[in-house]
Amino acid sequence: MQTKQMTFPSRWLPYALLAPQVAITLVFFLWPASQALYQSLLRQDAFGLRTTFVGLDNFARLFDDPGYLNAVSATAVFAVGTTLLSMGMALLLAATVNRMLRSRESYTTLLVWPYAIAPAIAGVLWWFIFNPSIGIVPYILEILGYRWNHRTSGSDAMLLVIFAAAWKQISYNFLFFLAGLQSIPQSLIEAAAIDGASPFKRFWTIVFPLLSPTTFFLMVVNVVYAMFDTFGVIHATTQGGPAQATNILVYKVYADGFVGLNLGSSAAQSVILMAIVVVLTVIQFRFIERRVNY
Amino acid sequence: MASIQLTGLKKTYAGNVEAVKGIDLEIADGEFVVLVGPSGCGKSTLLRMVAGLETITDGTLKIDDRVVNDLEPAERDIAMVFQNYALYPHMTVFGNLAYGLKNRGVKREEIERRVHDAAAMLEIEPFLERKPRKLSGGQRQRVAMGRALVREPSAFLFDEPLSNLDAKLRVQMRVEIKQLQRRLKTTSLYVTHDQLEALTLGDRLVVLNGGSIEQVGTPMEVYEKPASMFVATFIGSPAMNMLPVAYLRERGANGLLDHLAADTDVIGIRPDDLRIEAPDEDHLVVTGTVELFEAAGAESHLYVSLEGSDQPTVIRTSARPPVAEGETMRFHVLPSALHPFNQASGKRTQQGVS
Ligand SMILES: Nc1ncnc2c1ncn2[C@@H]1O[C@H](COP(=O)(O)OP(=O)(O)OP(=O)(O)O)[C@@H](O)[C@H]1O
Ligand SMILES: [Mg+2]
Repeated sequence: MQTKQMTFPSRWLPYALLAPQVAITLVFFLWPASQALYQSLLRQDAFGLRTTFVGLDNFARLFDDPGYLNAVSATAVFAVGTTLLSMGMALLLAATVNRMLRSRESYTTLLVWPYAIAPAIAGVLWWFIFNPSIGIVPYILEILGYRWNHRTSGSDAMLLVIFAAAWKQISYNFLFFLAGLQSIPQSLIEAAAIDGASPFKRFWTIVFPLLSPTTFFLMVVNVVYAMFDTFGVIHATTQGGPAQATNILVYKVYADGFVGLNLGSSAAQSVILMAIVVVLTVIQFRFIERRVNY
Repeated sequence: MASIQLTGLKKTYAGNVEAVKGIDLEIADGEFVVLVGPSGCGKSTLLRMVAGLETITDGTLKIDDRVVNDLEPAERDIAMVFQNYALYPHMTVFGNLAYGLKNRGVKREEIERRVHDAAAMLEIEPFLERKPRKLSGGQRQRVAMGRALVREPSAFLFDEPLSNLDAKLRVQMRVEIKQLQRRLKTTSLYVTHDQLEALTLGDRLVVLNGGSIEQVGTPMEVYEKPASMFVATFIGSPAMNMLPVAYLRERGANGLLDHLAADTDVIGIRPDDLRIEAPDEDHLVVTGTVELFEAAGAESHLYVSLEGSDQPTVIRTSARPPVAEGETMRFHVLPSALHPFNQASGKRTQQGVS
């Protein structure tokens, strides 16, 4: 295969052009990552005076720690909930917008806005909406006979963070689903209509299977998002509470390391998260190589 | 089995695009009707209205004496073969054929039987377990046909089903479609812009132009007696030559043009009807210079500039005549081969020149 080759006037210019990116990667990624790896093998005493090498003991302790196992299951619930909700809503919106002719562009623009909002701001927004004393949703739920309080109820809190996290991701999923829907030839849908399939059946037997490459790609992206990019949402709304109910893995790294100052354990947790990210990334790249699965 | 009846059928798209401007047409039970016309004349739109994929702006559409204007495609009991085949890419060939039957709640054994019958008829049995992307263009075309015929619908609609095939396969499939339709006797409406398909396939030919019908008739009627200058030049290849009557009169053809209607001012002559050898009967004679000689296998085309006319003229001869480029020669036309038209109305002026 022929590749494009670029000739530079001097030998060091290409390296100079690459240098900023390499420096950023070194300073903000490789160095902290190696520090985390190193830290995960050490333990400090309570006063931070002595540091001892403990091997994999930090990891072993984690898997015996009920708090950590609780965080694993909270993360699972949170990731699955966020992914399902944001993808479900996005697919619904995309399918609706795809049927519009004239107003498609304006709806698309509006639906993309939430993506531009920082996670922490989205968190605050939802914190206000669901605030048990001043929020609008608890007020309405109160009328309907449900006392919403995410400060005391773990499941309310989980729902809140799922809403907040999913809401922000809907825009992204929506764009991909819309593009996916638009790439399905209209004649397939027409053929199915002539073949006697109802609109509902057409969607589930023709459109949805043909969207499966997009769906799979988004699933990985959303799980990664829910597991790693939602620190801001949690921090602005529940801070892991009540009673650890929304203490997901990425938040626990912060809480144990920077609040609890248990650096060894926190580092071990971030190493585990790093491993998960690597696995998910590999899955995604393997998949992108063979994009079509039908 | 069904008849299809179109009365004043109209389609206006958003932005006042009049794609179909009032079509009246009756298709008898079991008849094979071919719709032909230039690109953009509304053929697909008309077919899609019959299929129920396009709303009907005005007029009525009846299938078997039942008004179906507002029925869903599925309720019209028709099957359609699309130009790009529109096979479901995620289903096997079997799945593609069975889909329409499953949706209609046909029993499993019945589905199996019908799919295998159709597959046998179209010789696609070896591919039943394959996905469409692993088939050649011709095989996909057969699957698309199969999907239409397993349903045993009361009418088939075809939208240029052969236009994505290579020339050889197209001829083969054309013959097969015709044989299949003869065998099944299912009412069919077939859209094409291919001359040969138009002339060979159907029982009747409908020539469309700009959303209206120009002429309806058997293919031979349309070929031998085109109702308008448009049909005359559209059907038949190379196209019919058009010469002003005044020009022919100047050439001393007065006596032979007397039987034409008074308002005739253009004469059409098929390329085959300009002969090199003089016939025995009375005939017209024109003189021209051969600009280009084109040998096309069994036939040859002469591009001629006629003396005193700037109209480029084409002549078709069967064998390879002893003609050289640049040669000036005489061409002979029998009066019975003249097609009289009126330039202003574009219509044929006289029914029957004999
Ligand atoms: N959805 C649409 N909206 C507006 N105008 C349309 C639409 N579909 C078709 N048209 C117009 O209607 C006219 C007829 O289109 P149609 O597709 O029926 O032509 P056709 O005879 O099938 O041509 P071809 O041989 O190229 O397939 C064209 O002028 C086309 O531009
Ligand atoms: Mg068309």
